[in-house]
Amino acid sequence: MSRKMTGARMIVEALRDQGVDTVFGYPGGAVLPIYDELFQQNDIQHILVRHEQGAVHMAEGYARSTGKPGVVLVTSGPGATNAVTGMTDALLDSIPLVVLSGQVPTFLVGTDGFQEADTVGITRPCTKHNWLVKDTSKLSATIHQAFNVATSGRPGPVLVDIPKDVQFAEAEYVGPKQVDTTNYQPRRKGDPDAITRLVELMEQAERPIFYTGGGVINSGAGASQLLREIVDATGFPVTSTLMGLGAYPASGRNWLGMLGMHGMYEANLAMHGCDLMIAVGARFDDRITGRVADFSPDSIKAQIDIDPSSINKIVHVELPIQGDVGHVLEDMLKIWKSRGRKTNSEAVRKWWSQIEQWREVKCLAYTNSDTIIKPQHALERLEALTKGRDRYIATEVGQHQMWAAQFLHFEDPNRWMTSGGLGTMGYGLPASVGVQVAHPDALVINVAGDASWLMNMQEMGTAVQFRAPVKQFILNNERLGMVRQWQQLLHGERYSQSWSDSLPDFVKLAEAFGCKGRQVSDPAELDDAIQEMIDYDGPFILDVLVEKHENCFPMIPSGKPHNEMLLSPEAEAFTGGGALV
Amino acid sequence: MALNIKQGSTSHSAYDLRDPNAQIEERHTLAVLVENEPGVLARVIGLFSGRGYNIDSLTVAETDHEGHRSRITIVTRGTPSVIVQIKAQLGRIVPVHEVHDLTTEGPSVERELGLFKVSGTGDHRVEALRIAEIFRANVVDSTLKSFVFEITGTPEKLDAFAELMRPLGLSDQARTGVAALARGA
Ligand SMILES: Cc1cc2nc3c(=O)[nH]c(=O)nc-3n(C[C@H](O)[C@H](O)[C@H](O)COP(=O)(O)OP(=O)(O)OC[C@H]3O[C@@H](n4cnc5c(N)ncnc54)[C@H](O)[C@@H]3O)c2cc1C
Ligand SMILES: Cc1ncc(C[n+]2csc(CCOP(=O)(O)OP(=O)(O)O)c2C)c(N)n1
Repeated sequence: MSRKMTGARMIVEALRDQGVDTVFGYPGGAVLPIYDELFQQNDIQHILVRHEQGAVHMAEGYARSTGKPGVVLVTSGPGATNAVTGMTDALLDSIPLVVLSGQVPTFLVGTDGFQEADTVGITRPCTKHNWLVKDTSKLSATIHQAFNVATSGRPGPVLVDIPKDVQFAEAEYVGPKQVDTTNYQPRRKGDPDAITRLVELMEQAERPIFYTGGGVINSGAGASQLLREIVDATGFPVTSTLMGLGAYPASGRNWLGMLGMHGMYEANLAMHGCDLMIAVGARFDDRITGRVADFSPDSIKAQIDIDPSSINKIVHVELPIQGDVGHVLEDMLKIWKSRGRKTNSEAVRKWWSQIEQWREVKCLAYTNSDTIIKPQHALERLEALTKGRDRYIATEVGQHQMWAAQFLHFEDPNRWMTSGGLGTMGYGLPASVGVQVAHPDALVINVAGDASWLMNMQEMGTAVQFRAPVKQFILNNERLGMVRQWQQLLHGERYSQSWSDSLPDFVKLAEAFGCKGRQVSDPAELDDAIQEMIDYDGPFILDVLVEKHENCFPMIPSGKPHNEMLLSPEAEAFTGGGALV
Repeated sequence: MALNIKQGSTSHSAYDLRDPNAQIEERHTLAVLVENEPGVLARVIGLFSGRGYNIDSLTVAETDHEGHRSRITIVTRGTPSVIVQIKAQLGRIVPVHEVHDLTTEGPSVERELGLFKVSGTGDHRVEALRIAEIFRANVVDSTLKSFVFEITGTPEKLDAFAELMRPLGLSDQARTGVAALARGA
């Protein structure tokens, strides 16, 4: 059976064969043939965004919350360049995306044609790989390969640039099974000898710790399950990066909370003082290590990572294990069990009592108020009022993001969407829309700062159009709070350009978009306002006026070691105010 | 009791054998076998510039027309941990099939071709010819006032040749960069 068709139809066919149900995009001249094909079918829904950056973040939210790749369709030139920030974000956070961009016809490439940009050149450093397809006969195979590259090994964004004449021309369609993807197949199984060596160390360790990251989420639900099993069976403490929250449940017995710059005191000191660090899909980011020379000086470090370039990049590890988290943990558990499930339980018990002492510091302590809403309190109430629900949280970037990571608790993977590596303000609103599209009945909340939220607020229109009942929980401090905090603590309180002047009236803005809004400033009304937001059957903006000058603690200033952490005055009281450790 | 781990006890032991904190820069010759597709060289060069790695020399040519393979030979410099990172980053590029570190994977041969124009008359001209003979350089062009010498050898040999020719009127030079292969079968 011959399956000759136009390139444009081929694209839709290939997406369908890849199991794609949703495309986030924005039309333009160079992709009109593809839009024409989308119009004539019903299997794939198209979410029309308001700005291409929004499309990419939506696809990220979709991908992170489902484990499936997100798909984006943009036109040439400005359409593609608008997508660059989103792709860079996805690259740093290892989010699988397939971005399809239109391009001027092949005979105009290189002539400065209308809306021509060197998309493949511009996006080379911000994609895992990209392709310019010059021949329709190669188009379907390239798209299938694009899905393979985006999703295998360390996931990431890929881009396929498709000139308009390639979309019009006809060729034979090739299905995913006929495409040879063997030339890109990263290794998944870990070296059994190295895993055995790690198990030996685990048996002897006196002060072990699991340091988990986004790689556990990337590896899939099975990996989180295995992690829980191994942590609970060994009784070792576990901490996670911002990107790995939910892999181990916050209610779990061995949970220390997030580590790093704004991480928990006990988690950071345990990392500093451990004798065996087992990094699982975590990449020793500088927000974690602080000053590298002083990072966990007395530990043996093992690192499980699928990407060899993540291993020994920042911190030297004695025991590198290249492989997929799920595969390696499975083998690790098998080997550990077969050797008699041993741990140095006496020593580990002592280690825990040390950790319990650190916990006493209550590093998240803050002074509440009954006249003004504290941002931490707002999040504690949000947590309390949504507890037990299958809840998806997105964030923007700033103080509110860190407070969300500290005060909201995640029981499952894929429930936490945040821009970690690039720290992209404007990520959260579109990401929440993407999550909601993938999970129409779930409760999806974007915890936002006023400044970040404005960066992609146009996507409120998308939420309304597609009836995505996303909740925008804006912690409005009328400041670029995170910047203000750094200026206060590190730049002599010179608040250069760090306030949000001329903010819109968020309630009127909600109405203007055709959804509902409410402002709350009285702590006594907070619960009622949150409840109204949750119960409302549609998109909702809750403008929470919070304390303007609250700082986010703990904080390890850049380049400082873990044991030089700044604590809030409230927590400081517990330590006697002196130096730590 | 402190935990201990044997040096070189994993299949990735190459990492462990050298001092990870060594700050001494080493020169390494890497052979990178790539899919010969558009943009592949830009990816490799972009990696070096984007991440701030050094390139001392780079050569590229198709080596297997049927199989669409090209071979890129890169001479780079860095501390041991940077060199490990460069190889890992190269390995991540999707159309890169193999990365070989010829400096650590056993003996190898390196050759570079250079063209050197030496302009001059009289004694200088005679002396230039004499040195060229010692270096087994060929004259590939000559006028009454100039020679172009062709010479093949290690980069050091070419450097030495250029040094000697400089006072004799070296006016221009073109070098190919290093091509290298592992010795033996
Ligand atoms: C304002 C701000 C403050 C921040 N403060 C903190 C902070 O206090 N604490 C904190 O933790 N972070 C913080 N971050 C985030 C930080 O910048 C990094 O994004 C984050 O620490 C990286 O997380 P990760 O190590 O889990 O790596 P990820 O970026 O999630 O990378 C995942 C790693 O796992 C590997 N991997 C992927 N898939 C697999 C697989 N299947 N099997 C094995 N390995 C795999 C990858 O190769 C990679 O090495 C902050 C960000 C912002 C914007
Ligand atoms: C696109 C972008 N520009 C600039 C920054 C630098 N930055 C980090 S946090 C921040 C302030 C965020 O303010 P807001 O969204 O109000 O959140 P808050 O910190 O007040 O909670 C800025 C400007 C960034 N992360 N992203």
